[in-house]
Amino acid sequence: MDVNGGTVRIGCGAGFAADRVEPAVDLVERGALDTLVLECLGERTVALAALRRLADPGGGYDPMLAKRMRALLGPLRRTGTRLVTNAGAAHPQAAARMVAALAAEAGEPLAVAAVTGDDVLDRIDPDAPAWEDGRPLAEHGELVSANAYIGVDALLPALETGAPVVIAGRAADPSLFLAPLVHALGWDTADWDRMAAGTLVGHLLECAGQVTGGYFADPGVKPVPGLARLGYPLAEVGADGGAVVTKPDGTGGRVDRMTVVEQLTYEVTDPGAYLTPDVTLDITGVGVEGLGGDRVRVGGARGRARPAELKVSVGYRAGFRGEGEISYAGRGALDRARLAAEVVRERVAGAVPRLRVDVVGVDAVHGSALSEGAPYECRLRVAGLAPDRATADIVAEEVSALYTSGPAGGGGLRAGTTEVVGVLSTTVPRERVETRVAVYGGGERR
Amino acid sequence: MRVRLYDVAHARAGDKGNLNTVALIAYDPAWYPVLCAEVTPERVAAHLADRVVGEVVRHRLDNVEALIFVCPRGGDDTVTTSLWLDAHGKALSSALLEMVVDVDEESAPSLPARPGGAAPPTGGE
Repeated sequence: MDVNGGTVRIGCGAGFAADRVEPAVDLVERGALDTLVLECLGERTVALAALRRLADPGGGYDPMLAKRMRALLGPLRRTGTRLVTNAGAAHPQAAARMVAALAAEAGEPLAVAAVTGDDVLDRIDPDAPAWEDGRPLAEHGELVSANAYIGVDALLPALETGAPVVIAGRAADPSLFLAPLVHALGWDTADWDRMAAGTLVGHLLECAGQVTGGYFADPGVKPVPGLARLGYPLAEVGADGGAVVTKPDGTGGRVDRMTVVEQLTYEVTDPGAYLTPDVTLDITGVGVEGLGGDRVRVGGARGRARPAELKVSVGYRAGFRGEGEISYAGRGALDRARLAAEVVRERVAGAVPRLRVDVVGVDAVHGSALSEGAPYECRLRVAGLAPDRATADIVAEEVSALYTSGPAGGGGLRAGTTEVVGVLSTTVPRERVETRVAVYGGGERR
Repeated sequence: MRVRLYDVAHARAGDKGNLNTVALIAYDPAWYPVLCAEVTPERVAAHLADRVVGEVVRHRLDNVEALIFVCPRGGDDTVTTSLWLDAHGKALSSALLEMVVDVDEESAPSLPARPGGAAPPTGGE
């Protein structure tokens, strides 16, 4: 990998499975990157992918990956930028074969490395307590997936193959960034402060637009220029781990102390011990210095030894969710929505084990304690969870019935039932997880 | 004087399983000590009681003038199995900023100006 004057340029072109594609293309074309990362897996995304793989043995990877790669393969090749992603989801080999085939079809064969071994469904203890409620995992329902959060150890061998594209499954988000930094800068993976510095960069970049002004704008209070043209982030990382976070010139958004501090705190449950497969990160001494011009310097991350065990996301069949919504407007809208709620409750009466009834516009997001005044329009929302589809369907049926058998003026009905895959967390001893690398396609290597 | 957190701080919520992190970040470092004194974990737990169940833990990030509140939800209120419209609890950041605190008028720092130039309205009910 090229290193620009001892500095590595790494960007993030996706922060979740449904993220936009164009900002990633722009990052590759104009960001002078060494590596582009696409972070495409949430806690539940991998469990849903496991279900798709059960239904289709050739599936199970991120359904948007083909679209992303069609847009990115050309720019990646032209600029010599490497790609690292966890979009392999429940089937990194199938994803790698697909990407290799796309490249071959385009007349530019490409080596694609797949990292596997995060699937530990047959290696976890089903009687282990779930973090969420302390009950044994298997007591929640049929277990359909278990994926260990793998880290730099698993990704480095794939980078060492020289393949320009590396596709993993449940690699931890910050590890997708740390591994190419370790590879390019020759860091020792037991140098905890370096591991902490690279993990901090990954943590700040992993949600893509969330550090460049996405998820930030509040008109008149926290304005963000050109939000529709939001640029995605890149970091310039020095050999000592110090980094500057920025974005391509001319894109929308903002990178300053405020946007970076918001992302620094994101999903951090203990700032003294943010656990990843690679390190225990302490952000309590991190400095965030706005340099102006959409550039922010970060540094001061401290590291301690990595955890002995790896976190595992476990997916289970949690039943079916029935939902229905209908709107009311004008004088008395709230009273009519409340009447509709009573009617649905009486008609469903105990058939659905878990039922929630809210009025959107009043108490659906936070409960009623913070609401003030009556809205012009509001929307009844009923949601229920049941073990079987037929029972969950009762929710959608009874909300639909409000059209002709409910209060006056209901409109805009939406109702349906979906299967629910629940996700629980546990841990697995590191030595029970064996990761492997396989290279598909191409043959052309850098 | 009564000050709404929205006028002196910004916030971001994150989620992991059945808990939320909600960060509260002072616009002006002068307000950070006030936030530390007034926005206790007990008050946050009471303020968010519609959704948050159990003990709220507060972490101080003095290096960036931010507080992180770790807010547990019910055992069946996970991002996948929640029946709430906002299954992640992402909008709890806005709920926290609705909190109003009492601040001694003489020792209070001045309220931060809005980017538009106008001073923010003083919180109060």
